[in-house]
Amino acid sequence: MKNSGIKWHVIVFLAPAVLVYTAIMIFPLFNTLRLALYTEVDQVRQFVGLENFRTLFGNPHWSGQFWNALGNNFWFFFIHMIVQNPIGIALAAILSHPRLRFAAVYRTAIFVPTILSFVIVGFAWKLILSPIWGITPDMLKALGLKWLYAPYLGKEEYALTTLALISVWQFVGIPMMLIYAALLSIPEEVLEAGEVDGITGFASFWKIKLPLILPSIGIISILTFVGNFNAFDLIYTTQGALAGPAFSTDILGTFMYRTFFGFQLQLGDPHMGSAIASGMFGIILIGVCIYLFGIQTRLRRYQF
Amino acid sequence: MSKARNNPLNSFAAHAALITYTLIALFPVFVILVNSFKTRKAIFRDPLALPEADTFTLIGYQTVLKQGDFFLYFQNSMIVTVVSLTLVLLFGAMAAFALAEYKFKGNLLMGLYLALGIMIPIRIGTVAILEMMVSSGLVNTLWALILVYTAQGLPLAVFILSEFMRQVSDDLKNAGRIDGLSEYTIFFRLVLPLVRPAMATVAVFNMIPIWNDLWFPLILAPAEETKTLTLGSQVFIGQFVTDWNAVLSALSMAILPVMILYVIFSRQLIRGITSGAVK
Repeated sequence: MKNSGIKWHVIVFLAPAVLVYTAIMIFPLFNTLRLALYTEVDQVRQFVGLENFRTLFGNPHWSGQFWNALGNNFWFFFIHMIVQNPIGIALAAILSHPRLRFAAVYRTAIFVPTILSFVIVGFAWKLILSPIWGITPDMLKALGLKWLYAPYLGKEEYALTTLALISVWQFVGIPMMLIYAALLSIPEEVLEAGEVDGITGFASFWKIKLPLILPSIGIISILTFVGNFNAFDLIYTTQGALAGPAFSTDILGTFMYRTFFGFQLQLGDPHMGSAIASGMFGIILIGVCIYLFGIQTRLRRYQF
Repeated sequence: MSKARNNPLNSFAAHAALITYTLIALFPVFVILVNSFKTRKAIFRDPLALPEADTFTLIGYQTVLKQGDFFLYFQNSMIVTVVSLTLVLLFGAMAAFALAEYKFKGNLLMGLYLALGIMIPIRIGTVAILEMMVSSGLVNTLWALILVYTAQGLPLAVFILSEFMRQVSDDLKNAGRIDGLSEYTIFFRLVLPLVRPAMATVAVFNMIPIWNDLWFPLILAPAEETKTLTLGSQVFIGQFVTDWNAVLSALSMAILPVMILYVIFSRQLIRGITSGAVK
Protein backbone atom coordinates (compact mmCIF):
# COMPACT_ATOMS: atom_id res chain seq x y z
CA MET A 1 0.00 0.00 0.00
CA LYS A 2 2.84 2.37 0.79
CA ASN A 3 4.59 3.02 -2.47
CA SER A 4 7.02 5.86 -2.86
CA GLY A 5 6.74 8.79 -5.21
CA ILE A 6 3.73 10.88 -6.08
CA LYS A 7 0.44 9.19 -5.44
CA TRP A 8 -1.41 10.18 -8.56
CA HIS A 9 -4.73 8.75 -7.47
CA VAL A 10 -4.80 11.08 -4.45
CA ILE A 11 -4.36 14.06 -6.75
CA VAL A 12 -6.99 12.77 -9.16
CA PHE A 13 -9.47 12.29 -6.32
CA LEU A 14 -8.87 15.73 -4.86
CA ALA A 15 -8.42 17.81 -7.99
CA PRO A 16 -11.99 18.40 -9.24
CA ALA A 17 -13.37 19.49 -5.86
CA VAL A 18 -10.36 21.63 -5.00
CA LEU A 19 -10.29 23.29 -8.42
CA VAL A 20 -13.99 24.17 -8.55
CA TYR A 21 -14.03 25.28 -4.92
CA THR A 22 -10.92 27.41 -5.29
CA ALA A 23 -11.88 28.96 -8.62
CA ILE A 24 -15.54 29.72 -7.90
CA MET A 25 -15.53 30.32 -4.15
CA ILE A 26 -12.18 31.17 -2.57
CA PHE A 27 -10.64 33.14 -5.43
CA PRO A 28 -13.71 35.39 -6.00
CA LEU A 29 -13.96 35.93 -2.25
CA PHE A 30 -10.45 37.37 -2.07
CA ASN A 31 -10.84 39.09 -5.41
CA THR A 32 -13.90 40.89 -4.04
CA LEU A 33 -11.87 42.04 -1.04
CA ARG A 34 -9.23 43.29 -3.50
CA LEU A 35 -11.76 45.05 -5.77
CA ALA A 36 -12.91 47.03 -2.74
CA LEU A 37 -9.57 48.86 -2.95
CA TYR A 38 -10.16 50.08 -6.51
CA THR A 39 -12.43 52.52 -8.24
CA GLU A 40 -13.31 53.27 -11.83
CA VAL A 41 -12.38 56.58 -13.42
CA ASP A 42 -13.32 57.01 -17.09
CA GLN A 43 -13.79 53.26 -17.43
CA VAL A 44 -10.27 52.58 -16.18
CA ARG A 45 -9.77 50.71 -12.94
CA GLN A 46 -7.61 52.60 -10.47
CA PHE A 47 -6.14 51.61 -7.15
CA VAL A 48 -7.36 53.93 -4.42
CA GLY A 49 -6.46 52.08 -1.24
CA LEU A 50 -9.01 52.45 1.50
CA GLU A 51 -10.80 55.36 -0.18
CA ASN A 52 -14.02 53.35 -0.70
CA PHE A 53 -14.14 52.51 2.99
CA ARG A 54 -13.52 56.15 3.85
CA THR A 55 -16.54 57.02 1.69
CA LEU A 56 -18.62 54.22 3.18
CA PHE A 57 -17.96 55.27 6.77
CA GLY A 58 -17.13 58.95 6.34
CA ASN A 59 -19.60 60.29 3.78
CA PRO A 60 -22.89 60.85 5.63
CA HIS A 61 -24.95 59.72 2.62
CA TRP A 62 -23.20 56.34 2.58
CA SER A 63 -22.55 55.87 6.26
CA GLY A 64 -26.17 56.67 7.07
CA GLN A 65 -27.32 53.85 4.79
CA PHE A 66 -24.67 51.47 6.07
CA TRP A 67 -25.48 51.94 9.77
CA ASN A 68 -29.19 51.80 8.99
CA ALA A 69 -28.73 48.47 7.16
CA LEU A 70 -26.45 47.11 9.88
CA GLY A 71 -28.84 48.15 12.65
CA ASN A 72 -31.79 46.62 10.80
CA ASN A 73 -29.77 43.45 10.28
CA PHE A 74 -29.09 43.18 14.00
CA TRP A 75 -32.78 43.67 14.77
CA PHE A 76 -33.62 40.99 12.18
CA PHE A 77 -31.16 38.64 13.91
CA PHE A 78 -32.43 39.59 17.39
CA ILE A 79 -36.04 38.69 16.45
CA HIS A 80 -34.85 35.33 15.14
CA MET A 81 -32.95 34.63 18.35
CA ILE A 82 -35.80 35.53 20.70
CA VAL A 83 -38.69 34.09 18.66
CA GLN A 84 -37.49 31.42 16.23
CA ASN A 85 -35.11 29.54 18.48
CA PRO A 86 -37.30 29.37 21.61
CA ILE A 87 -40.30 28.22 19.53
CA GLY A 88 -38.09 25.68 17.79
CA ILE A 89 -36.80 24.37 21.11
CA ALA A 90 -40.32 24.23 22.59
CA LEU A 91 -41.69 22.31 19.59
CA ALA A 92 -38.75 19.92 19.71
CA ALA A 93 -39.24 19.37 23.44
CA ILE A 94 -42.90 18.48 22.89
CA LEU A 95 -42.13 16.30 19.87
CA SER A 96 -39.44 14.34 21.66
CA HIS A 97 -41.93 13.12 24.26
CA PRO A 98 -41.48 9.35 24.10
CA ARG A 99 -45.12 8.33 23.77
CA LEU A 100 -46.39 11.15 21.58
CA ARG A 101 -48.56 9.90 18.74
CA PHE A 102 -48.42 11.35 15.20
CA ALA A 103 -44.98 12.88 15.93
CA ALA A 104 -43.87 12.19 12.36
CA VAL A 105 -46.93 13.92 10.91
CA TYR A 106 -46.37 17.06 12.99
CA ARG A 107 -42.67 17.10 12.16
CA THR A 108 -43.30 16.83 8.44
CA ALA A 109 -46.02 19.48 8.43
CA ILE A 110 -44.11 22.02 10.53
CA PHE A 111 -41.11 21.66 8.24
CA VAL A 112 -43.12 22.51 5.10
CA PRO A 113 -42.51 26.30 5.12
CA THR A 114 -38.76 25.71 5.26
CA ILE A 115 -38.74 24.01 1.87
CA LEU A 116 -40.64 26.80 0.12
CA SER A 117 -38.74 29.50 -1.75
CA PHE A 118 -38.61 33.07 -0.49
CA VAL A 119 -40.58 34.09 -3.55
CA ILE A 120 -43.51 31.91 -2.54
CA VAL A 121 -43.27 32.81 1.15
CA GLY A 122 -42.82 36.52 0.49
CA PHE A 123 -45.72 36.88 -1.93
CA ALA A 124 -48.00 34.58 0.02
CA TRP A 125 -47.60 36.65 3.19
CA LYS A 126 -47.78 39.88 1.26
CA LEU A 127 -51.19 38.82 -0.05
CA ILE A 128 -52.38 37.55 3.32
CA LEU A 129 -51.35 40.73 5.14
CA SER A 130 -52.61 42.97 2.35
CA PRO A 131 -55.38 45.39 3.30
CA ILE A 132 -56.92 44.87 -0.16
CA TRP A 133 -57.61 41.20 0.27
CA GLY A 134 -58.63 41.51 3.88
CA ILE A 135 -57.86 38.02 5.19
CA THR A 136 -55.90 39.35 8.15
CA PRO A 137 -58.32 42.14 9.16
CA ASP A 138 -61.27 39.71 8.87
CA MET A 139 -59.57 37.08 10.99
CA LEU A 140 -58.56 39.61 13.62
CA LYS A 141 -62.13 40.90 13.63
CA ALA A 142 -63.41 37.39 14.24
CA LEU A 143 -61.13 37.21 17.26
CA GLY A 144 -62.27 40.64 18.44
CA LEU A 145 -58.84 42.09 17.83
CA LYS A 146 -59.60 44.31 14.87
CA TRP A 147 -57.76 47.25 16.47
CA LEU A 148 -54.54 45.24 16.13
CA TYR A 149 -54.62 45.43 12.36
CA ALA A 150 -52.37 47.74 10.41
CA PRO A 151 -50.88 47.40 6.93
CA TYR A 152 -47.87 45.83 8.60
CA LEU A 153 -45.61 45.70 5.56
CA GLY A 154 -46.38 49.29 4.58
CA LYS A 155 -45.61 50.98 7.89
CA GLU A 156 -42.07 52.00 8.66
CA GLU A 157 -42.34 51.06 12.32
CA TYR A 158 -43.68 47.51 11.73
CA ALA A 159 -42.33 46.39 8.36
CA LEU A 160 -38.95 45.06 9.47
CA THR A 161 -40.34 43.19 12.47
CA THR A 162 -43.10 41.73 10.30
CA LEU A 163 -40.55 40.50 7.76
CA ALA A 164 -38.41 39.04 10.52
CA LEU A 165 -41.44 37.17 11.85
CA ILE A 166 -42.26 35.87 8.36
CA SER A 167 -38.70 34.61 8.14
CA VAL A 168 -39.09 33.03 11.59
CA TRP A 169 -42.27 31.32 10.39
CA GLN A 170 -40.36 29.95 7.44
CA PHE A 171 -37.28 28.66 9.25
CA VAL A 172 -38.54 27.49 12.62
CA GLY A 173 -38.27 23.92 11.29
CA ILE A 174 -34.48 23.98 11.30
CA PRO A 175 -33.89 24.63 15.03
CA MET A 176 -36.79 22.29 15.74
CA MET A 177 -35.15 19.42 13.85
CA LEU A 178 -31.65 19.98 15.22
CA ILE A 179 -32.83 20.24 18.83
CA TYR A 180 -35.14 17.27 18.31
CA ALA A 181 -32.15 15.23 17.20
CA ALA A 182 -30.15 16.39 20.21
CA LEU A 183 -32.98 15.56 22.61
CA LEU A 184 -33.38 12.07 21.15
CA SER A 185 -29.71 11.36 21.76
CA ILE A 186 -30.08 11.87 25.53
CA PRO A 187 -30.06 8.38 27.04
CA GLU A 188 -33.09 7.20 28.92
CA GLU A 189 -30.97 6.28 31.99
CA VAL A 190 -30.03 9.91 32.56
CA LEU A 191 -33.69 10.95 32.62
CA GLU A 192 -34.65 8.01 34.80
CA ALA A 193 -31.88 8.87 37.25
CA GLY A 194 -33.43 12.33 37.42
CA GLU A 195 -36.85 10.85 38.06
CA VAL A 196 -35.51 8.82 40.92
CA ASP A 197 -34.39 12.11 42.44
CA GLY A 198 -37.84 13.56 41.82
CA ILE A 199 -36.97 15.68 38.79
CA THR A 200 -39.79 15.31 36.26
CA GLY A 201 -41.73 17.30 33.67
CA PHE A 202 -40.63 20.90 33.33
CA ALA A 203 -37.91 20.55 35.91
CA SER A 204 -36.42 17.68 33.96
CA PHE A 205 -36.37 19.86 30.85
CA TRP A 206 -34.72 22.84 32.57
CA LYS A 207 -32.30 20.97 34.79
CA ILE A 208 -31.31 17.98 32.69
CA LYS A 209 -32.19 18.33 29.01
CA LEU A 210 -31.45 22.01 28.43
CA PRO A 211 -27.87 21.89 29.73
CA LEU A 212 -27.27 18.80 27.57
CA ILE A 213 -28.49 20.45 24.36
CA LEU A 214 -26.55 23.71 24.82
CA PRO A 215 -23.99 22.78 22.13
CA SER A 216 -26.84 22.36 19.61
CA ILE A 217 -28.28 25.72 20.63
CA GLY A 218 -24.84 27.20 19.98
CA ILE A 219 -24.75 25.73 16.47
CA ILE A 220 -28.26 27.01 15.77
CA SER A 221 -27.27 30.49 16.91
CA ILE A 222 -24.29 30.67 14.58
CA LEU A 223 -26.29 29.23 11.66
CA THR A 224 -28.96 31.86 12.29
CA PHE A 225 -26.31 34.58 12.48
CA VAL A 226 -24.64 33.64 9.19
CA GLY A 227 -28.01 33.15 7.49
CA ASN A 228 -29.36 36.50 8.67
CA PHE A 229 -26.31 38.57 7.76
CA ASN A 230 -26.40 37.03 4.31
CA ALA A 231 -30.18 37.43 3.84
CA PHE A 232 -31.59 39.21 0.82
CA ASP A 233 -34.29 37.23 -0.97
CA LEU A 234 -37.24 37.79 1.36
CA ILE A 235 -36.78 41.56 1.55
CA TYR A 236 -36.18 41.82 -2.19
CA THR A 237 -39.27 39.76 -2.99
CA THR A 238 -41.67 41.64 -0.74
CA GLN A 239 -40.26 45.16 -0.66
CA GLY A 240 -38.09 45.36 -3.77
CA ALA A 241 -34.48 46.53 -4.02
CA LEU A 242 -35.37 49.82 -2.33
CA ALA A 243 -36.30 47.94 0.86
CA GLY A 244 -39.19 50.25 1.59
CA PRO A 245 -40.96 51.94 3.17
CA ALA A 246 -38.23 54.57 3.35
CA PHE A 247 -35.39 52.01 3.66
CA SER A 248 -36.84 50.78 6.94
CA THR A 249 -36.32 47.14 5.90
CA ASP A 250 -32.92 47.64 4.31
CA ILE A 251 -30.38 45.04 5.42
CA LEU A 252 -26.79 44.49 4.31
CA GLY A 253 -27.78 42.10 1.51
CA THR A 254 -30.21 44.53 -0.14
CA PHE A 255 -27.83 47.45 0.43
CA MET A 256 -25.03 45.58 -1.32
CA TYR A 257 -27.32 44.55 -4.19
CA ARG A 258 -28.51 48.14 -4.71
CA THR A 259 -25.00 49.54 -4.60
CA PHE A 260 -23.59 46.88 -6.88
CA PHE A 261 -26.38 46.96 -9.50
CA GLY A 262 -27.68 50.47 -9.16
CA PHE A 263 -31.33 51.43 -8.96
CA GLN A 264 -33.45 54.20 -10.39
CA LEU A 265 -31.02 57.04 -11.07
CA GLN A 266 -27.99 55.76 -9.22
CA LEU A 267 -25.55 53.80 -11.36
CA GLY A 268 -24.22 50.48 -10.14
CA ASP A 269 -20.78 50.57 -8.58
CA PRO A 270 -19.04 47.19 -8.26
CA HIS A 271 -16.23 48.66 -6.19
CA MET A 272 -18.46 50.19 -3.55
CA GLY A 273 -20.44 46.93 -3.70
CA SER A 274 -17.22 45.07 -2.97
CA ALA A 275 -16.52 47.39 -0.05
CA ILE A 276 -19.92 46.55 1.45
CA ALA A 277 -19.34 42.84 0.77
CA SER A 278 -16.01 43.15 2.60
CA GLY A 279 -17.87 44.69 5.53
CA MET A 280 -20.30 41.76 5.52
CA PHE A 281 -17.38 39.35 5.35
CA GLY A 282 -15.80 41.04 8.37
CA ILE A 283 -19.01 40.89 10.38
CA ILE A 284 -19.63 37.21 9.58
CA LEU A 285 -15.99 36.40 10.35
CA ILE A 286 -16.22 38.14 13.74
CA GLY A 287 -19.44 36.27 14.51
CA VAL A 288 -17.96 32.90 13.54
CA CYS A 289 -14.79 33.60 15.57
CA ILE A 290 -16.79 34.61 18.64
CA TYR A 291 -18.67 31.34 18.29
CA LEU A 292 -15.64 29.12 17.65
CA PHE A 293 -13.34 30.59 20.28
CA GLY A 294 -15.66 32.26 22.75
CA ILE A 295 -18.69 30.02 22.94
CA GLN A 296 -18.00 26.59 21.53
CA THR A 297 -14.88 25.95 23.61
CA ARG A 298 -16.72 26.84 26.83
CA LEU A 299 -19.72 24.62 26.24
CA ARG A 300 -19.23 21.34 27.93
CA ARG A 301 -19.94 18.37 25.71
CA TYR A 302 -21.15 15.15 27.20
CA GLN A 303 -20.33 11.78 25.72
CA PHE A 304 -22.76 9.02 26.42
CA MET B 1 -41.75 4.52 33.01
CA SER B 2 -43.29 6.77 35.62
CA LYS B 3 -46.77 8.23 35.63
CA ALA B 4 -45.49 11.79 35.54
CA ARG B 5 -44.44 11.46 31.92
CA ASN B 6 -47.69 9.95 30.71
CA ASN B 7 -50.18 12.32 32.22
CA PRO B 8 -53.22 12.53 29.86
CA LEU B 9 -53.56 16.26 30.55
CA ASN B 10 -49.96 16.84 29.43
CA SER B 11 -50.52 14.77 26.35
CA PHE B 12 -53.63 16.82 25.52
CA ALA B 13 -51.71 20.06 25.95
CA ALA B 14 -48.90 18.72 23.78
CA HIS B 15 -51.28 17.87 20.95
CA ALA B 16 -53.06 21.20 21.28
CA ALA B 17 -49.77 23.09 20.98
CA LEU B 18 -48.59 21.01 18.02
CA ILE B 19 -51.90 21.26 16.17
CA THR B 20 -51.92 25.03 16.67
CA TYR B 21 -48.45 25.36 15.27
CA THR B 22 -49.15 22.98 12.39
CA LEU B 23 -52.11 25.16 11.43
CA ILE B 24 -49.91 28.26 11.54
CA ALA B 25 -47.33 26.53 9.37
CA LEU B 26 -49.78 25.27 6.75
CA PHE B 27 -52.34 28.10 6.71
CA PRO B 28 -50.65 30.35 4.09
CA VAL B 29 -50.04 27.42 1.75
CA PHE B 30 -53.65 26.35 2.14
CA VAL B 31 -54.99 29.86 1.44
CA ILE B 32 -52.88 30.23 -1.72
CA LEU B 33 -53.76 26.81 -3.13
CA VAL B 34 -57.48 27.07 -2.40
CA ASN B 35 -57.91 30.56 -3.81
CA SER B 36 -56.00 29.80 -6.97
CA PHE B 37 -59.02 27.74 -8.07
CA LYS B 38 -61.61 30.43 -7.37
CA THR B 39 -63.11 33.26 -9.35
CA ARG B 40 -61.87 36.75 -8.62
CA LYS B 41 -65.11 37.64 -6.88
CA ALA B 42 -64.99 34.58 -4.65
CA ILE B 43 -61.35 35.24 -3.78
CA PHE B 44 -62.33 38.56 -2.28
CA ARG B 45 -65.75 37.72 -0.92
CA ASP B 46 -64.81 34.65 1.04
CA PRO B 47 -61.09 33.95 0.98
CA LEU B 48 -61.26 31.02 3.38
CA ALA B 49 -64.01 29.07 1.58
CA LEU B 50 -63.25 26.07 -0.59
CA PRO B 51 -63.99 26.44 -4.29
CA GLU B 52 -67.55 25.33 -5.20
CA ALA B 53 -69.22 24.61 -8.50
CA ASP B 54 -70.11 28.24 -9.19
CA THR B 55 -66.85 29.74 -7.87
CA PHE B 56 -64.46 27.25 -9.44
CA THR B 57 -62.28 28.49 -12.29
CA LEU B 58 -58.94 27.74 -13.89
CA ILE B 59 -58.57 31.16 -15.47
CA GLY B 60 -55.47 31.99 -13.40
CA TYR B 61 -53.71 28.87 -14.60
CA GLN B 62 -54.67 29.65 -18.20
CA THR B 63 -53.14 33.14 -17.91
CA VAL B 64 -49.98 31.74 -16.36
CA LEU B 65 -49.54 29.07 -19.00
CA LYS B 66 -50.22 31.53 -21.80
CA GLN B 67 -48.08 34.40 -20.56
CA GLY B 68 -45.19 32.84 -18.74
CA ASP B 69 -42.89 30.19 -20.07
CA PHE B 70 -43.18 28.09 -16.94
CA PHE B 71 -42.21 24.84 -18.61
CA LEU B 72 -38.94 26.38 -19.74
CA TYR B 73 -38.30 27.80 -16.25
CA PHE B 74 -39.07 24.43 -14.73
CA GLN B 75 -36.74 22.71 -17.15
CA ASN B 76 -33.95 25.20 -16.36
CA SER B 77 -34.38 24.69 -12.61
CA MET B 78 -34.38 20.95 -13.13
CA ILE B 79 -31.17 20.97 -15.20
CA VAL B 80 -29.36 23.29 -12.80
CA THR B 81 -30.40 21.33 -9.72
CA VAL B 82 -29.70 17.86 -11.11
CA VAL B 83 -26.34 18.69 -12.71
CA SER B 84 -25.14 20.66 -9.67
CA LEU B 85 -26.15 17.87 -7.31
CA THR B 86 -24.41 15.27 -9.47
CA LEU B 87 -21.21 17.28 -9.51
CA VAL B 88 -21.36 18.03 -5.77
CA LEU B 89 -21.84 14.33 -5.00
CA LEU B 90 -19.20 13.06 -7.42
CA PHE B 91 -16.47 15.63 -6.68
CA GLY B 92 -17.39 15.76 -3.00
CA ALA B 93 -17.23 11.99 -2.59
CA MET B 94 -13.91 11.77 -4.44
CA ALA B 95 -12.32 14.47 -2.27
CA ALA B 96 -13.84 13.00 0.88
CA PHE B 97 -12.39 9.60 -0.02
CA ALA B 98 -8.94 11.08 -0.55
CA LEU B 99 -9.09 12.87 2.82
CA ALA B 100 -10.48 9.88 4.70
CA GLU B 101 -8.40 7.11 3.11
CA TYR B 102 -4.90 8.35 2.37
CA LYS B 103 -2.27 9.75 4.68
CA PHE B 104 -0.44 12.46 2.81
CA LYS B 105 1.29 15.67 3.70
CA GLY B 106 -1.21 18.48 4.17
CA ASN B 107 -4.19 16.18 4.63
CA LEU B 108 -5.44 18.04 7.71
CA LEU B 109 -4.76 21.43 6.14
CA MET B 110 -6.63 20.46 2.98
CA GLY B 111 -9.58 19.33 5.10
CA LEU B 112 -9.64 22.66 6.92
CA TYR B 113 -9.31 24.59 3.67
CA LEU B 114 -12.31 22.79 2.18
CA ALA B 115 -14.29 23.26 5.41
CA LEU B 116 -13.85 27.07 5.34
CA GLY B 117 -16.74 27.37 2.92
CA ILE B 118 -19.21 25.83 5.38
CA MET B 119 -19.36 29.05 7.38
CA ILE B 120 -18.51 31.72 4.80
CA PRO B 121 -21.39 32.32 2.38
CA ILE B 122 -20.43 32.29 -1.29
CA ARG B 123 -22.57 35.39 -1.89
CA ILE B 124 -19.86 37.59 -0.38
CA GLY B 125 -17.80 37.00 -3.54
CA THR B 126 -20.64 37.87 -5.93
CA VAL B 127 -18.99 40.95 -7.47
CA ALA B 128 -15.91 38.98 -8.51
CA ILE B 129 -17.98 35.94 -9.54
CA LEU B 130 -20.03 38.07 -11.91
CA GLU B 131 -16.89 39.66 -13.33
CA MET B 132 -15.39 36.23 -13.92
CA MET B 133 -18.55 34.88 -15.56
CA VAL B 134 -18.77 37.94 -17.83
CA SER B 135 -15.16 37.65 -18.94
CA SER B 136 -15.47 33.92 -19.57
CA GLY B 137 -18.72 34.36 -21.47
CA LEU B 138 -20.66 32.15 -19.07
CA VAL B 139 -23.04 34.86 -17.94
CA ASN B 140 -26.65 34.06 -18.87
CA THR B 141 -25.87 30.39 -19.27
CA LEU B 142 -26.97 27.62 -16.95
CA TRP B 143 -23.30 26.68 -16.51
CA ALA B 144 -22.70 29.82 -14.47
CA LEU B 145 -25.33 28.67 -11.97
CA ILE B 146 -24.17 25.05 -12.00
CA LEU B 147 -20.58 26.03 -11.22
CA VAL B 148 -21.61 28.36 -8.40
CA TYR B 149 -23.92 25.80 -6.78
CA THR B 150 -21.30 23.09 -7.12
CA ALA B 151 -18.73 25.24 -5.35
CA GLN B 152 -21.31 26.20 -2.73
CA GLY B 153 -22.30 22.60 -1.99
CA LEU B 154 -18.83 21.05 -1.89
CA PRO B 155 -17.59 22.11 1.58
CA LEU B 156 -20.45 20.54 3.55
CA ALA B 157 -20.53 17.52 1.21
CA VAL B 158 -16.83 16.79 1.75
CA PHE B 159 -17.22 17.28 5.49
CA ILE B 160 -20.20 14.94 5.88
CA LEU B 161 -19.01 12.31 3.40
CA SER B 162 -15.50 12.03 4.83
CA GLU B 163 -17.01 11.34 8.28
CA PHE B 164 -18.93 8.44 6.75
CA MET B 165 -16.04 7.15 4.65
CA ARG B 166 -13.88 6.81 7.76
CA GLN B 167 -16.37 4.21 8.99
CA VAL B 168 -16.01 1.96 5.93
CA SER B 169 -14.07 -1.13 6.97
CA ASP B 170 -10.37 -1.20 6.08
CA ASP B 171 -10.46 -4.97 5.67
CA LEU B 172 -12.84 -4.66 2.75
CA LYS B 173 -10.61 -2.16 0.95
CA ASN B 174 -7.46 -4.13 1.67
CA ALA B 175 -9.11 -7.30 0.41
CA GLY B 176 -9.83 -5.44 -2.79
CA ARG B 177 -6.22 -4.31 -3.01
CA ILE B 178 -4.97 -7.87 -2.55
CA ASP B 179 -7.25 -8.91 -5.39
CA GLY B 180 -5.45 -6.33 -7.50
CA LEU B 181 -8.21 -3.73 -7.78
CA SER B 182 -7.03 -0.22 -8.57
CA GLU B 183 -7.73 2.61 -6.11
CA TYR B 184 -10.35 3.94 -8.54
CA THR B 185 -12.18 0.63 -8.68
CA ILE B 186 -12.08 0.39 -4.89
CA PHE B 187 -13.65 3.83 -4.64
CA PHE B 188 -16.34 3.41 -7.27
CA ARG B 189 -17.18 -0.28 -6.74
CA LEU B 190 -16.61 -0.87 -3.04
CA VAL B 191 -16.84 2.40 -1.13
CA LEU B 192 -19.45 4.45 -3.01
CA PRO B 193 -22.25 1.87 -2.70
CA LEU B 194 -21.62 1.69 1.04
CA VAL B 195 -21.98 5.44 1.64
CA ARG B 196 -25.14 5.77 -0.45
CA PRO B 197 -27.29 6.82 2.53
CA ALA B 198 -24.88 9.65 3.33
CA MET B 199 -24.89 10.70 -0.34
CA ALA B 200 -28.68 10.88 -0.25
CA THR B 201 -28.52 13.08 2.85
CA VAL B 202 -26.08 15.45 1.15
CA ALA B 203 -28.25 15.55 -1.96
CA VAL B 204 -31.38 16.43 -0.03
CA PHE B 205 -29.57 19.13 1.97
CA ASN B 206 -28.32 20.78 -1.20
CA MET B 207 -31.42 20.35 -3.32
CA ILE B 208 -33.68 22.83 -1.54
CA PRO B 209 -31.30 25.83 -1.38
CA ILE B 210 -30.33 25.35 -5.04
CA TRP B 211 -33.90 25.04 -6.25
CA ASN B 212 -35.07 28.03 -4.20
CA ASP B 213 -32.16 30.42 -4.76
CA LEU B 214 -33.06 33.83 -6.14
CA TRP B 215 -29.77 35.74 -5.76
CA PHE B 216 -27.56 34.00 -8.34
CA PRO B 217 -30.22 33.51 -11.05
CA LEU B 218 -31.04 37.22 -10.66
CA ILE B 219 -27.41 38.25 -11.02
CA LEU B 220 -25.79 35.61 -13.23
CA ALA B 221 -28.58 34.37 -15.49
CA PRO B 222 -31.51 36.79 -15.71
CA ALA B 223 -32.06 36.24 -19.46
CA GLU B 224 -35.47 34.91 -20.49
CA GLU B 225 -34.10 31.60 -21.76
CA THR B 226 -32.08 30.83 -18.60
CA LYS B 227 -34.56 31.92 -15.92
CA THR B 228 -35.09 29.39 -13.18
CA LEU B 229 -38.53 28.69 -11.79
CA THR B 230 -37.84 30.81 -8.70
CA LEU B 231 -36.70 33.84 -10.69
CA GLY B 232 -39.38 33.26 -13.33
CA SER B 233 -42.17 33.31 -10.74
CA GLN B 234 -40.67 36.41 -9.09
CA VAL B 235 -40.64 38.31 -12.38
CA PHE B 236 -44.02 37.01 -13.51
CA ILE B 237 -45.74 37.89 -10.24
CA GLY B 238 -44.10 41.32 -10.28
CA GLN B 239 -45.70 41.99 -13.66
CA PHE B 240 -49.13 40.61 -12.83
CA VAL B 241 -49.56 42.11 -9.36
CA THR B 242 -53.16 43.14 -9.96
CA ASP B 243 -54.26 39.92 -11.62
CA TRP B 244 -54.99 37.97 -8.45
CA ASN B 245 -55.99 34.79 -10.26
CA ALA B 246 -52.73 34.71 -12.16
CA VAL B 247 -50.61 35.52 -9.11
CA LEU B 248 -52.22 32.86 -6.94
CA SER B 249 -51.95 30.28 -9.73
CA ALA B 250 -48.31 31.13 -10.36
CA LEU B 251 -47.58 30.71 -6.65
CA SER B 252 -49.39 27.37 -6.57
CA MET B 253 -47.44 26.19 -9.59
CA ALA B 254 -44.20 27.17 -7.90
CA ILE B 255 -45.22 25.35 -4.71
CA LEU B 256 -46.15 22.13 -6.51
CA PRO B 257 -42.72 20.82 -7.63
CA VAL B 258 -41.08 21.46 -4.23
CA MET B 259 -43.97 19.79 -2.46
CA ILE B 260 -43.64 16.73 -4.67
CA LEU B 261 -39.90 16.57 -4.03
CA TYR B 262 -40.54 17.04 -0.31
CA VAL B 263 -43.11 14.26 -0.15
CA ILE B 264 -40.69 11.92 -1.92
CA PHE B 265 -37.63 12.86 0.13
CA SER B 266 -38.99 14.07 3.47
CA ARG B 267 -38.15 10.86 5.25
CA GLN B 268 -34.59 10.99 3.93
CA LEU B 269 -34.28 14.68 4.84
CA ILE B 270 -35.57 14.25 8.37
CA ARG B 271 -33.51 11.14 8.93
CA GLY B 272 -30.48 13.04 7.62
CA ILE B 273 -30.96 15.92 10.02
CA THR B 274 -31.80 13.78 13.00
CA SER B 275 -28.97 11.33 12.42
CA GLY B 276 -26.72 14.18 13.47
CA ALA B 277 -25.11 14.59 10.09
CA VAL B 278 -24.78 18.32 10.77
CA LYS B 279 -23.03 18.35 14.11
